[in-house]
Amino acid sequence: MSVIEAAPRPILAEMASAQRRARASFRAQFVLVWAGLLGLIALLLLVTDNVDVPWIDEWAGFILGGAGITILVCVASIIFATLLAILGALGRLSKVPVIYSLASFYVSLVRGTPLLVQIFFVYFALPQVGIIIDPIPAGIIALSFNYGAYMTEIFRAGIQAVPRGQREAAEALGLPERLVMRRVVLPQATRIVIPAIGNEFIAMIKDSALVSTIGVQEVLWRAGVAGRPTLHTLQAFMIAALIYWVLTIVFSYFQERLERRMARGDR
Amino acid sequence: MNETAATYPSQPKPAHLGEPIVSIRGLHKYFGQNHVLRGVDLDVWQREAMMIIGRSGSGKTTLLRCTNFLDEPTEGSIEIDGLRVAADPLHSRSRSYRERIRQLRLRAGMVFQDFNLFPHMTALDNCIEAPTRVRRVPRKEAIELAERYLAKVGLIEKRNEHPARLSGGQKQRVAIARALCMQPKVLMFDEPTSALDPELVGEVLKVMEDLAHEGTTMIVVTHEMHFAREAADRVLFMEEGGIVEQGPPEQVLNDPQDQRTKQFLRRFLTPEPA
Repeated sequence: MSVIEAAPRPILAEMASAQRRARASFRAQFVLVWAGLLGLIALLLLVTDNVDVPWIDEWAGFILGGAGITILVCVASIIFATLLAILGALGRLSKVPVIYSLASFYVSLVRGTPLLVQIFFVYFALPQVGIIIDPIPAGIIALSFNYGAYMTEIFRAGIQAVPRGQREAAEALGLPERLVMRRVVLPQATRIVIPAIGNEFIAMIKDSALVSTIGVQEVLWRAGVAGRPTLHTLQAFMIAALIYWVLTIVFSYFQERLERRMARGDR
Repeated sequence: MNETAATYPSQPKPAHLGEPIVSIRGLHKYFGQNHVLRGVDLDVWQREAMMIIGRSGSGKTTLLRCTNFLDEPTEGSIEIDGLRVAADPLHSRSRSYRERIRQLRLRAGMVFQDFNLFPHMTALDNCIEAPTRVRRVPRKEAIELAERYLAKVGLIEKRNEHPARLSGGQKQRVAIARALCMQPKVLMFDEPTSALDPELVGEVLKVMEDLAHEGTTMIVVTHEMHFAREAADRVLFMEEGGIVEQGPPEQVLNDPQDQRTKQFLRRFLTPEPA
């Protein structure tokens, strides 16, 4: 007991400040390494004599303008994909053979074929049977179906992660099966899968570059248009890469905040 | 055994009890090859507080869960307040049968060992969810009712808290209020204090004891012998899927007739002053 009472207070303050210093040093080194690497890349660009400032002035804005379309395509696609995924997951958990089979078929088919093939199919193949879709909706359809299939498995796992007692409590209260799912299971499953949906969204930002192949005027398409005619491809595609990178960093930041808020929430 | 179990045992029925409200007949339950309930016949009377005791694995929880079909009986029938549902395991997915089960569940409230409050809803929302969506009670009325029951379990000031902010004992009391809000004909408790820290058991038992003394019809699976003695009208000892002995608490707990009951109670009652 006397040992505890005699514990010297000054050492506590010293420990705290040592901890603070360690944290500050860690952060400083992080910034230093990143700045160093970025500087190195810029230096290499200068050395290879590939920096054309007037060109950048002229075209950087044009490429950046594609970011709006990238975001539009991704936001629309993640919404549709989520809806498809909820239906898919309910189907995969259904005890009705036909519904289960339909959902399984969808997941298997979509996961078993390349996204690029699906994009081409919607835009280049469907017109042969008279279905003609503009590039942006075609891209959204392909991305939605593709991500919907992957997210089906995420939602299925999320629904199964809701404790069985929750369902039983709702059933014991006399809630019909429809309401048990909608009011009790799905809200909790959504909470469980939100971090995973965030990851899917970030992956989709990058995969959306594929829709440049069907003429959607998003970031990558614009980089090609700007860079190829005058052989400024190195700068053009580096600008495109930078834009994707910044977009993912920004969304990761928001995702992290959302996750933290939900963790703090009411579980 | 089954014949005697169906009627109120030995003594005349206490005067304050009403007509039978729950009637269980010939109830069998198999889990795979495991014969868990072996022909249970049981009547529960209006305003009766019935406590089921017995070692784990004796089938007491299964009996409770079969009563509202959370576990589907293999054979036999359950009747609550005039609605009789017979076991029909081969056709249990049919829509009309599910609806009958749902109607049966509306007559029986259930309080679980692990509370099972909905974590994404406040205490109040937990209480009004089923009344407003299932019974179509207008929201305002449902809130009034919920507040009355939350006050009854002593948690009105926690009405807007989510379950994560409540202690185990508080959660269980909200769960009791939630069940009461559906105004069931019988309230079933499945080891309601087994998941609680010892110092929180008392507050839950107090609420249950009040309910029993007010004449709430209840079936309680419990290990709290002291509570059973205080609050039960009838104590029922189960063993190997059947009812071995039943009667008023003084009789079953103080002067058990069956060898198995005696053996079971010895463990519980020796440390306790008589």
